[in-house]
Amino acid sequence: MTLDDFLHQESEWLKGTGPRSNIVMSSRTRLARNLEGLPYSHWADKKQLETILDSVRGAMDSVSFLKGSMFFRMKDLSDIDKVFLVERHLMSPEHTRSGEYKALIVDPKEIVSIMVNEEDHLRIQVLQSGFNIKETWRIIDEIDTALSKKLSFAYSPKWGYLTACPTNVGTGLRGSIMLHLPALVFTAQIERVLGATAKLGLNIRGFYGEGTEASGNLFQISNQVSMGRTEDDIIDNLERIIDQIVSREDSSRNTLISKNKEALTDRIWRAYGTLKSAHIITSRETVALLSAIRLGVDLGVFKDLNREMVTELFISTQPAHLQKLSGKILTAEERDVKRADLIREKLK
Amino acid sequence: MLCEICGKKEATVHLTEVINEQMRKLNLCEDCAREKGAEMEEHFGLSDLLAGLADLGATVKPEAAVTIKCPKCGFSYSDFKKIGRLGCSECYEVFKKQLTPILKRIHSADRHVGKVPIQVGKTVKGVKDLQDLRLQMEKAIQSEEFEEAARIRDKMKELEKKNPESRDKK
Repeated sequence: MTLDDFLHQESEWLKGTGPRSNIVMSSRTRLARNLEGLPYSHWADKKQLETILDSVRGAMDSVSFLKGSMFFRMKDLSDIDKVFLVERHLMSPEHTRSGEYKALIVDPKEIVSIMVNEEDHLRIQVLQSGFNIKETWRIIDEIDTALSKKLSFAYSPKWGYLTACPTNVGTGLRGSIMLHLPALVFTAQIERVLGATAKLGLNIRGFYGEGTEASGNLFQISNQVSMGRTEDDIIDNLERIIDQIVSREDSSRNTLISKNKEALTDRIWRAYGTLKSAHIITSRETVALLSAIRLGVDLGVFKDLNREMVTELFISTQPAHLQKLSGKILTAEERDVKRADLIREKLK
Repeated sequence: MLCEICGKKEATVHLTEVINEQMRKLNLCEDCAREKGAEMEEHFGLSDLLAGLADLGATVKPEAAVTIKCPKCGFSYSDFKKIGRLGCSECYEVFKKQLTPILKRIHSADRHVGKVPIQVGKTVKGVKDLQDLRLQMEKAIQSEEFEEAARIRDKMKELEKKNPESRDKK
């Protein structure tokens, strides 16, 4: 399997399945781990960085979840390939920069990925579709335990797993959930909901764009604190709060349908009309319109569209995906044309 | 006016950038501004804010603290102040005095209670048990429950006898 095969396969997390997948796009956990006795990646010399790469690569086989996984050295990938992996949520934007000693491990289903020599020696990630945060923790816990039989992780009884940045010390765990909250945005409740969430020690980011201006009505919520709580507590806390937000979105959707059905349906069909007929479209506009279409699918407005296809369009209309599909580098203007072509083709 | 980066499109976004105390105005087109914006955002992360906390609760004078260096990796506390990251795992021990209030501020806690790696599991578990008991004992003393404190002390002694490696060096 090669990187290009990803282009024509649907990642597991894009399937639009799993609990509450009408509102929860994806659940993800990541663990930060470092090898004992070696400086953190930003402070290590070339030889030490190579040692880290070799050690992690050598330990891969002991993890059943990583069977058949690919190992990419960042220096062997083109700029487009790197951004492509970021767009698929398999690695961070940070990992695309100065990549001489950086690497990425990805399993063929794109559920598990490990960034090597990012901020920490290992950043293990597990990604699933829908509201499945407990399951992602179960899998990542197993992977971590398997790896720790081969690799000795830096750990202190007082401070737990030691990380390059003190904000990740302790469990090294960050759980994050991506939510699609159009009804809370339309009904202007989002500020209040997100404000309350932030007070409970959770971090909120607009998925595209910043803060509540987030286009696409996509929000990513994650835990801030990583020390002083057990992993189960962190995950449980996150799950409970998200559950409340999901219920609130659900009831707002019902209110919208019962009170503003015409206006809502109008908005959804207009979005569909634009996407189906546009010949030039920016990614910002695409994301905003796809959000409306996804809501339409959730509410049963469309008979022959499914959630999987709409979710997939969020990913495949991004710049690196379009360029890989075309097999060449495109300017912003060319991408806007290619994007419109792709969407029209899919909605035919 | 044309964009100063690509020189092709009309500049519609006007940014002010401050580098080394020099203020500079930038006139950019929307695309270049978006790229520039992403760049700036990535460069200013949590660790930058963290660097601002680095002098927090300094019992040692900040000037004295910055010269401390980790004997293992050579990373200094002033490096930490600059980039908000540490050099190696040993740094946690070396900069313990400075890091303790920072960690408390970030996590509202001062100790790990989660997973223990299996490799070191056996001895570490012992150490953690002892630490927990010591905390309980201190609490008991504070609330003047001396009988309870004595009971915990005996338990600690027993644990130390059973597992001499786990002796908690305070």
